[in-house]
Amino acid sequence: MLSLPLLSITIFLPLIGAMAIMINRGGSKDITAENARWVALWTSVVTFVLSIVIWANFDDGIFKFQFVEKFQWMPLLNINYHVGIDGISLPFILLSTFLTPICILSSWKSVQKQVPEYMVAFLVMETLIIGMFSSLDLFIFYIFFEGVLIPMYLIIGIWGGPNRVYASFKFFLYTLLGSVLMLLAIIYIYYDLGSSDIPLAIMTPFDPKVQIWLWLAFFASFAVKIPMWPVHTWLPDAHVEAPTAGSVILAAVLLKMGGYGFLRFSVPMFPEASEYFAPFVFTLSVIAIIYTSLVALAQTDMKKLIAYSSVAHMGFVTLGIFTLGSYGIQGAVIQMISHGLISAGLFLAVGVVYDRIHTREIAAYGGLVHNMPLYARAFMVLILASSGLPGTSGFVGEFLVLLGTYEVSKTFTILAATGMVLGAAYGLWLYRRVIFGKLEKPELLSIKDLTSNERWTFTSLIVLILWIGLYPMPVLNLISPSVEHMIHRHNLAMNPDENWIEEEEQTFEIARKS
Amino acid sequence: MVIIAALITVFSPLIGAGMAGFCERWLNDQGSQRVTCGLMILATLASFYVFKQVVFEGQYITYKLFTWIQSDGFDVSWGLQLDTLTVVMLSVVTLVSTTVHVYSIGYMKHDKSIPRFMSYLSLFTFFMLALVSAPNLLQMFFGWEGVGLASYLLIGFWYDKPSANAAAIKAFLVNRVGDIGFVLGIFTVFYIFNTVQFNEFLYKSPFFVNTSIELFGWELDAITLACLFLFVGAMGKSAQLGLHTWLPDAMEGPTPVSALIHAATMVTAGVFMITRLSPMLEYAPIARDVIIVVGAATALFAATVACTQFDIKRIIAYSTCSQLGYMFMAAGVSAYGASVFHLTTHAFFKAMLFLGAGSVIHAMSDEHDIRRMGGIWSLIPITYTIMWIGSLSLAGFPFFSGHYSKDIILESLWGSGHFLGQMGYIVGVAVVVLTAFYSLRLLFVTFHGKPRADEMVMSHVHESPVSMLAPLYILAIGSIISGFAMFDWFVGEGRRVFWASSIFVIAENDTIEAAHQTNIWIKLTPLAAALIGVGLAFLMYISFKWVPGLITRILGPIYTFVYNKWYFDELYNALIVNPAKSLGRLLWIKGDKAIIDGFGPDGMSNLSLSFGAVLCRLQSGYLYHYAFAMIIGLALIMGWFFWVLG
Repeated sequence: MLSLPLLSITIFLPLIGAMAIMINRGGSKDITAENARWVALWTSVVTFVLSIVIWANFDDGIFKFQFVEKFQWMPLLNINYHVGIDGISLPFILLSTFLTPICILSSWKSVQKQVPEYMVAFLVMETLIIGMFSSLDLFIFYIFFEGVLIPMYLIIGIWGGPNRVYASFKFFLYTLLGSVLMLLAIIYIYYDLGSSDIPLAIMTPFDPKVQIWLWLAFFASFAVKIPMWPVHTWLPDAHVEAPTAGSVILAAVLLKMGGYGFLRFSVPMFPEASEYFAPFVFTLSVIAIIYTSLVALAQTDMKKLIAYSSVAHMGFVTLGIFTLGSYGIQGAVIQMISHGLISAGLFLAVGVVYDRIHTREIAAYGGLVHNMPLYARAFMVLILASSGLPGTSGFVGEFLVLLGTYEVSKTFTILAATGMVLGAAYGLWLYRRVIFGKLEKPELLSIKDLTSNERWTFTSLIVLILWIGLYPMPVLNLISPSVEHMIHRHNLAMNPDENWIEEEEQTFEIARKS
Repeated sequence: MVIIAALITVFSPLIGAGMAGFCERWLNDQGSQRVTCGLMILATLASFYVFKQVVFEGQYITYKLFTWIQSDGFDVSWGLQLDTLTVVMLSVVTLVSTTVHVYSIGYMKHDKSIPRFMSYLSLFTFFMLALVSAPNLLQMFFGWEGVGLASYLLIGFWYDKPSANAAAIKAFLVNRVGDIGFVLGIFTVFYIFNTVQFNEFLYKSPFFVNTSIELFGWELDAITLACLFLFVGAMGKSAQLGLHTWLPDAMEGPTPVSALIHAATMVTAGVFMITRLSPMLEYAPIARDVIIVVGAATALFAATVACTQFDIKRIIAYSTCSQLGYMFMAAGVSAYGASVFHLTTHAFFKAMLFLGAGSVIHAMSDEHDIRRMGGIWSLIPITYTIMWIGSLSLAGFPFFSGHYSKDIILESLWGSGHFLGQMGYIVGVAVVVLTAFYSLRLLFVTFHGKPRADEMVMSHVHESPVSMLAPLYILAIGSIISGFAMFDWFVGEGRRVFWASSIFVIAENDTIEAAHQTNIWIKLTPLAAALIGVGLAFLMYISFKWVPGLITRILGPIYTFVYNKWYFDELYNALIVNPAKSLGRLLWIKGDKAIIDGFGPDGMSNLSLSFGAVLCRLQSGYLYHYAFAMIIGLALIMGWFFWVLG
């Protein structure tokens, strides 16, 4: 199995699919579109299967990078094509490969304009996302990390809503700021080490004073991506303008790039700085949870409401990561995966009614339960999962994050826990206005319930949400060795004793293997 | 064997819920009723078997199903804990739930979504059973939030009604406020004991009495803090003063729901939780004092409000609130057995009162206002009798179940010899007067006097079908016999053997023992109080009917204050709900749009645009402008040059 470069195949398969779509342009417009859809679907399904194969062959007893591939790319500059995955990156890869076919399916009918290009954009994005989560070289990472934005810009810009120019410009301004600073930090690290190897950079202790600056530079980029308050205002606009599948990928996967970045770079590379800035991140996270939940209450547009709720949920993620403890970080990863599934479901749910009525105004709906009982059920489960009901994945993440936070600060825990009430408030209120009540509005009278396509999509998402909610152990087992190793290293870095590190490292590894 | 029976008890309602909920097309209305009721009867029989095995054979078992969350040191599994406390709750819940399931067949006959209703009822039962059989705090929280969800779904069952939707959301959110306390309690327990498994941490409490936790800069006793946080959760679920506002509104739901969830089972979950935590609570005297005060305040508050309401279901709802106050007071003086005793008897007679009220509402063509009833006792004699049994039991008349359980609570309060406990006794006796008064007021106004409904309604008044009456008979038997039949087990001589290790009381806190030793006057006072209440009600609503109007006028503002439920809803709306909404708008318009965007991306773009505009103006195309700029520039450079040199 290992003789095949499985990871690289998974990364580049969608790109090959995209090329196939571009080459195969013969025939009438309809046939081309149909072919493009099928090629995209099959490519993404095979990619998903490949990622499952990777999971099956992944050894979750060790924390080391696995499926590592390293080739010289620019030998003079000592920059390599270096990829590999550990317990932190694999869940995100699985999430992305699982959601891409769903996105393609959900666009089957709703996208009729320039279908081949649309499918190409999605497949290219999938390659970039998987590549980003598995890069082990700073420059490769940077290329993938920034590259993801290009197809996203195009998806919003071409297939987006009326106000898409404003949204994409806002998106651009925010990310530009972060990207430039992160690039500077990467270049600094590269000159400092003479290499852009990520595992090497993780092993290298940086001077605490330098760490502060490097941490801030990375933070600027990740905080915008995830997004944290107060650099979150691009998100609602981007979501509102993006087509349904674009919103799904944006919320479910692209936001996680920020959280992944914190876990891959900020925490392991700059332990002192992470410790130093933790109270700062805590404050921003708690503001995000309370502030954006309140703002979500005031929204009149469904997508904006869900977008704001995403910011609040990501507040739990940053809170968890910077507890710098095992519960907090594991909770943060679960919360990200869970939010990936739930927000995907919620945006798809908005897409379902948007495709039928062509408005996202909450006030335009009401009483949908009468004509759409299945939709009402699916939406209910998603709303409850989003508000963190025990038994759904949302609970496991939030609970572990808060458990971790409690050991660090009781006050922040209590403040963040108010998110439980606020989250239920905006969720249930949205649900009431859209689903409950009498079915009176004339344009809603003939609205149809879920098609079989939609039914399968929601069923698969809900099954996963409940599965992680009731039995999250497969995911926790996957991530815990890497997280515990990270915490272990962090604690060693905070109590430096050179010989001791070596020794501990070895005993830890032996203990892990047994 | 006992495990299998317990699993059948817990999971058959879930299967029923799933079948009624997802197979409605194949099952249709009748099928869904048969399936859910059949499975509930199965669950009840299985629970009786479990009861027998656990209580008489002493098979205390903690059974692990599979791991739920395991992360570092935090390890929690799904499972069952079978001890006396659990099996008492299992039997009570399944029995009441079965009667309510059967009753619903008749009551919901004309509803258009019967399978959904049956499915929700069974789903609720499953969560409630998962709650009471939980071996750890986290599974209890799962059931806890689950019953909250089922309650939300059932209150909002008639989703066309805006008031029902509002009440449903209110119930969920107020409960969630309590649940913040619950999760913080879980964190605190884990922080202290490093486990949330009941049989691992509860009996370790004595070793941690002097542990403290820092919160907001204060050093607080860790165990007290954990108990208080968890009690906040209990306050939400059991509608104690402050977090009670959702319960009266919950009456928007169908009446069987009110009987099952908002009287007999879910609202008692708080009492159950506090009892479950008895080994820890015994070492947190301050927490117990808080519980007594809150319980007493709730009992008094709710009873006063109940005396003034006119909606038949709301009167009973406030009465529930008030009775829950008694249960908490009992727990506050360590009389946990008495607390669960009252929980059990209350489950029977309060479910019966609600179902009886449902029968009245059914007979009166969905009328809820007792002012528009009257003169119907001879038309629906069975319902009338049922309501009498329930009311007398509630008022604590001898030989009815409520008498035994309420008296032992009051005696324990006095017997505790504790200042707050004895204050609780005085409040409790006062509440007995009020309880007897409002129960009888309800009976007299509803059934006696001249008919005040219109002809149409009166001509339709009819006794309910058998499917509605049969459950009432079962509950009536329970309401009458459960008091003296179980007295010995719950609070009598046999209590130590009966409860075994499921309830723990420190020797010097054994107030139930003290209760048996109390003076005869302490034992008789509640009965006298009840008689006074009955007498007052008789005088005011049968003999001198002008008196209530007069009292209303004399009391004036006090009456208005009580009638408006002490203005809690208005207060919360003004202090929390509306500010939250307007704050949300403010943060969005001013915070996000004006400040963050204004100075952030929009500001930047405006700045660059206007800067660009300025630059544009420089490129005027006129030669003399450029020449002027060059000269100025030259002069500046020269000036700088000379300044630096000079």
